[in-house]
Amino acid sequence: MTAGTATTTSVSLAVRDVHLAFGANRVLRGVDLDVARGATACVIGPSGSGKSTLLRTVNRLIEPDAGDVLLDGRSVLRDDPDALRQRIGMVFQQFNLFPHMTVLRNITLALRRLKKLPEDEAVALARTQLALVGLAGKADSRPAHLSGGQQQRVAIARALALQPEVMLFDEATSALDPELVKGVLGVMAELSAGGMTMVVVTHEMGFARSVADTVAFMDHGVVLEAGAPEAVFETPQHPRLRRFLSQVL
Amino acid sequence: MDPLSTLWETFFDGDSMREALPEMLTVGLPNTLILAVSAALLGSVLGMALAVAGLSRTRWLRWPARVYTDVFRGLPAAATILLIGVGLAPLGMQVWGPNPYPLGILALSLIAAAYIGEIFRSGIQSVEAAQLEGARALGFSWGEAMRLVIVPQGVRRVLPAWVNQLIALIKDSSLVYFLGLLASQRELFRIGQDYAANTGNQSALLLAGLCYLLLTVPLTHAVNAIDRRLRRGRTVTVDPDDDGGLALAGETALPQPRTPREDPR
Repeated sequence: MTAGTATTTSVSLAVRDVHLAFGANRVLRGVDLDVARGATACVIGPSGSGKSTLLRTVNRLIEPDAGDVLLDGRSVLRDDPDALRQRIGMVFQQFNLFPHMTVLRNITLALRRLKKLPEDEAVALARTQLALVGLAGKADSRPAHLSGGQQQRVAIARALALQPEVMLFDEATSALDPELVKGVLGVMAELSAGGMTMVVVTHEMGFARSVADTVAFMDHGVVLEAGAPEAVFETPQHPRLRRFLSQVL
Repeated sequence: MDPLSTLWETFFDGDSMREALPEMLTVGLPNTLILAVSAALLGSVLGMALAVAGLSRTRWLRWPARVYTDVFRGLPAAATILLIGVGLAPLGMQVWGPNPYPLGILALSLIAAAYIGEIFRSGIQSVEAAQLEGARALGFSWGEAMRLVIVPQGVRRVLPAWVNQLIALIKDSSLVYFLGLLASQRELFRIGQDYAANTGNQSALLLAGLCYLLLTVPLTHAVNAIDRRLRRGRTVTVDPDDDGGLALAGETALPQPRTPREDPR
């Protein structure tokens, strides 16, 4: 069983010299990031370094002031943002499930309204995705009746049901109790192994080390160092990265 | 006759009540309900439009919504009903003849909309920004996200306040008597008042009051019940069976401390 089974076609992702300021606060100061098709990039770094904001510029929940975002080498900044977001799945720290709907309806809502699937197809697809994250029996539950780990896996299933070409994870396990983290990371690792292009903002260094193809270290709105996980974790070059790793490992 | 029994008969004269009761139930009650229910529907629709306009990023929507709300919340209901009902009467005459109901309902709706708009707005604003972000990330437009995700949650949170507004509407519907009603158009209050004026005995008016209470008290209790459910309904129980025995589910579902997120208005 792999969570990535429903993946159709992944694309490569490139972020080019992205700048963003909120007033005088320069959150992103020229960020570059390359993720090959089917590869997983983990973005690590201290809080407030701009990691989450970077993710939001990729699917244009926040529009960058300058720079470019490319999928398969093509800029997406002039695309319709709503259509773009259907191609890019996103999973949030707080799950952002809709509490007034059942788990099943959380997943079928976009399938019905955006993909215009007939009800029975949407339900079948949603049930398949739920089974892939191990929650087949929870279709009719309300999100509030699930554990945090289950909620996050529903959120992943919801994003995957739209058959995205890229998946973004914004500290997907940071709000979870420690014993619930493993199940969610397991789903993410399978998705990665299944060939999904992923950008994962995380504080889980063990996950970054074992799953990522690339690790990027961000601080104060720039990527200070990026490379293969072995290089970043074993032989860090930048003093700021060394200090960061000495504190978190 | 001693003063006490005089007082008793002034308010609780059985014959006066019996005399007024049939008209009260066959004419007054239906008319009050027509006024209140129509105004509640129209007022809620207008109120939702005001709420969304009030939250708009365009100041050309926000600003008129603000002014409207200030004006119609700030005026006495009696003044608004007279201004609309009498002021627009010549216009109304041409459209639907000498019936004061359409304008009466319009005036009541305009007043209710100002309050209901504020109620809906506060509910919608109380929904976490993450909900909007979650919906937008799936590819929903702002309008779709509001309609499908944000508004339904926001309205649910302010149902008690909304029902309170319906109670106010039932009571305010008595004010349409200002506009001059035919015998068959009289609502509860007017019928009670007519009997009281004719007989000099207040019992019929008291009966009208009882009819209002019959409508409003159950609603008040409905508010309390909804409120309790909103407070308690969110208590989270996580059932410990889980994960369908799947390998990747390396977690046990433990009850998590979670406080109700509802804004207990």
